[in-house]
Amino acid sequence: MRWMWIDRILELEPAKRMVAIKNVTLAEEHLHDHFPTQVIDGETHSALPIMPACFIIEGMAQTAGILVGHASNFQEKVILAKITKAELRRDVIPGDTIRYEAVIDRLDPLGASTTGTISVFDHSCGSWTEIGDIELFFSHVDQNRAGVEFPEENFVFGSNFEALLSASNLPNL
Amino acid sequence: MTRDEILTTVTEVLEEALGVDEEDVTPEATLIGDLEAESIDFLDIVFRIEKAFDVKIEQGELFPDNVAQNPEFVQDGKVTQKGITALKERLPHVDFTEFEQDPDVTKVGDIFTVDTIVRFVERKLAA
Repeated sequence: MRWMWIDRILELEPAKRMVAIKNVTLAEEHLHDHFPTQVIDGETHSALPIMPACFIIEGMAQTAGILVGHASNFQEKVILAKITKAELRRDVIPGDTIRYEAVIDRLDPLGASTTGTISVFDHSCGSWTEIGDIELFFSHVDQNRAGVEFPEENFVFGSNFEALLSASNLPNL
Repeated sequence: MTRDEILTTVTEVLEEALGVDEEDVTPEATLIGDLEAESIDFLDIVFRIEKAFDVKIEQGELFPDNVAQNPEFVQDGKVTQKGITALKERLPHVDFTEFEQDPDVTKVGDIFTVDTIVRFVERKLAA
């Protein structure tokens, strides 16, 4: 089972743009370790649950990856090849809703580049605040084999992606 | 567009694509050896050059394509004369003089420098 870091797809403009959200909850176990209550030099530091930046990046990679995959009707194996840029200007904490907006800059038979913005819903004022930018580069791995063989089946887009598309009222794979 | 203007834009492209500093991007710097480009970076560079100079670059036009997988072009780890001839035809912006002395296939990447890209763009804009 692939570890999913988006909960729902809200908008999809094929081969152009996609918006997805993730609700961050204190029930997620990794938040208990990032960071737990710690005693350092005899001083107790309270637990500080913060969504790890690597998982926020993975959420954008899944959003942009589905957008790129959808453009080929999920026939290509879309692999994250490079995180060109990742800038996060604020911590994400339990209770936040993350909004991922990914846009395809360039789509080619060999791969795609995307830019994306990350926003967090501010419950105190009922609006979204932009907190980061992530640029990614994807390879259509079958077109860039360099002599390497990959399995025939599309191991990138599995059943859990299908469940996500269904829940978002999008056509199945 | 002058050669210096092209070099300035190519430098900006490489800074963004490879995360390198401006002072590292000299005309003679090799993309793999000096600027630590990896295979996927070459596609990223192609995309960015297309955007920066508003040109369309075909697959295999700026960087070689599938040379190592072609048994006619590579034998016993060396690029054959047929391979070198094919590369020269496909990549007229590349200087193969040094490579021809020791055409080790693992060294194909070393022939691509910042200046190679500048020459490519010069030819492309002049076409």
